[in-house]
Amino acid sequence: MNTFLTLLLNGLSLGAIYALIALGFAIIFKASEVVSFMHGSLLLFGAFTIAKLNDSIGFFPAFICGVLATAGVGLLVERLLINRLRGAPLISLSILTIGVDIMMLTELTRRIGSDILNAGHPWGGDFVRIGGIGLTENRLYAMITAAVLIALFFTAFKFSSWGVAMRATAEDGETAALMGIKLGRVSALAWIIGAGLAAVAGLFLVGSPTPGVTPGVHAVALRAFPAAILGGLDSTGGALAGGMIIGIAEAMASGYQEQLLFLGRGFGDVVPYVVMILVLLVRPSGLFGTKELTRV
Amino acid sequence: MSDTATASTLGDQVAAPAAGSRRNGRGLLTVRNGLLLVGLALMLLAPVFVEEFWLRTGFAAFGAIIGAIGLNLLVGTTGQLSLAHAFFLAVGAITYVYLSGEPGGTAEVIDGRGLPPVVGMVAGVLLAGLAGLLFSPIAARLRGIYLGVASLGLVFIGQHVLNTWTSVTGGFNGRTTPRFELFGFSFGRTDPELFVLGVRYGEAERLWYLGLVLAIGAFWFAKNLLRSRPGRALQTLRDSEVAAAVMGVDVQRYKARVFLVSSMYAGLAGVLYALSIGSVAPESFALDLSVLYLAMIVLGGLGSVGGAALGALFVSALPLVFQEYAGSMPLVSEPGQGGVSAGQAARLLFGLAIVLVVLFEPAGLVGLKNRFKRKGGSPGVDPTAEPTPSPTPAQGSTS
Repeated sequence: MNTFLTLLLNGLSLGAIYALIALGFAIIFKASEVVSFMHGSLLLFGAFTIAKLNDSIGFFPAFICGVLATAGVGLLVERLLINRLRGAPLISLSILTIGVDIMMLTELTRRIGSDILNAGHPWGGDFVRIGGIGLTENRLYAMITAAVLIALFFTAFKFSSWGVAMRATAEDGETAALMGIKLGRVSALAWIIGAGLAAVAGLFLVGSPTPGVTPGVHAVALRAFPAAILGGLDSTGGALAGGMIIGIAEAMASGYQEQLLFLGRGFGDVVPYVVMILVLLVRPSGLFGTKELTRV
Repeated sequence: MSDTATASTLGDQVAAPAAGSRRNGRGLLTVRNGLLLVGLALMLLAPVFVEEFWLRTGFAAFGAIIGAIGLNLLVGTTGQLSLAHAFFLAVGAITYVYLSGEPGGTAEVIDGRGLPPVVGMVAGVLLAGLAGLLFSPIAARLRGIYLGVASLGLVFIGQHVLNTWTSVTGGFNGRTTPRFELFGFSFGRTDPELFVLGVRYGEAERLWYLGLVLAIGAFWFAKNLLRSRPGRALQTLRDSEVAAAVMGVDVQRYKARVFLVSSMYAGLAGVLYALSIGSVAPESFALDLSVLYLAMIVLGGLGSVGGAALGALFVSALPLVFQEYAGSMPLVSEPGQGGVSAGQAARLLFGLAIVLVVLFEPAGLVGLKNRFKRKGGSPGVDPTAEPTPSPTPAQGSTS
């Protein structure tokens, strides 16, 4: 029973990290109709920047710089590439982000080389125990941070003028533009937030129990894709739910690996994709996604 | 508004071949045919005067061309974004090495059937097609970007299965590719010694012809497919599923068929890939490979068979050429010297090329070619150009 609860808690904390990334996908998709295939690189870039700056300026300034730098990259991509192609087919735009991803990932992989960089979290890999169940400090802070950020985001989404503008844009871009909402600004802000969230998620993803900043983190970030798709790409609440489902499923599959050995070693790594395909079979637009209607 | 747009693009495509041949006239056509013949003759004679390195690169490129044409039928012509191409390549390659390979293995037991390589190759193609057909019911339910991400899952799940199934795939270390043989004529060994014009025909020379024949066959089949009724149906499907259904195109069935054909192409490409590398491991068929194939068709030109071939040639040959000439190239360093290695330089270039193509020339290399062809005319709509994707209506919103 304790094993189960421990796995559940670990799954929730992993899910919180996935939810941060998936939320970024969802916001960007809502505001600019692009699926960002470059999120893995953004996340790696954030973690890399934090790890590099950590030695010279200390952890918290490095953290802030890393998040800002990643948000800056997001803004740059939106301004220079995405915004210029407004109205282009979704597939072209997504392929464009794949192109950016190839470049960023190649350069980051080259810079990291075979090193494992340490992000230098002031918290260690100690276990925090509550009753019989426990998780690492890093994951605990991840959960708290994610909860705060997500709460902040949903409040802003509901009440701030940006949130209203964004929801209006997602509902009907043309009408929103006619009402005086600057679509470019909404989309730019979405990219800033999406990239910033990815950097925060990156920081926690490279902390314990993961060894540190390696190019492999890119693949971990890709597992947030199923989370976003599962919940429905255009649903922010769905991103949250999807992240949790994927996180718990992955933690369970890894935890009960011995019992699941007939499915092969390392099955936990592919569980997100299995869950995603099963859900999509039943609900092709995800759990909370808007059904596509076609009017003739 | 969207109705008229759809109608006009359809009209263009239907009218395109007829208008094209009339415009070109007889004279141009014969010049073109002459050039084609000269090109073919050069290709046939290449092993006589070209170094082995270029022949091997060429063989790898032929494999990539076949795979890219297949992916372009799916993504470019039909508008179904798929990142699963690497998986179908893996099915083809591994079926071939399993069926035609001999059992053995030192550390772990590796199974093999020892069947004739031709059987292995055909089975690889068929099995890859079957895998595509099995995935198509899922694909048919999903649209646009959801399909793209679901197919991403297929790559990871496939890799996991292959890594686990060590008796067939050889696991992490992979297994060597059995040499190709056709009715007793070996493409690998040199037991019937062969000399042409004083040049000894070894493995590279023999494989070159195999690749050439298969690539031309694949090219010709795809060209004809696009010009036929099913080809037009697929293009209509891309522009608007509703319009296609209204015109009497069975949407689900055509989607299933294009998945079948595309993954059969991928299966054949997988077999050639295995032959050109000499050994296969599940690791080789990761997401990177799918992304590279996507890069090929985007660079070459979505929806165009020739474009896919051009793009495949560019993407598959570039890293090899960089590697060969790393020493004499600026900015590229030999491996282990800390600078940008050949493979990395090639990847950076692909990434940049994708971004530039999407930004400035969405029709790819083929679009560039057409632009040069008609100097003075306004770039864009060209009646002789192959149909390129028209903007699809935004998906995910109900407009």
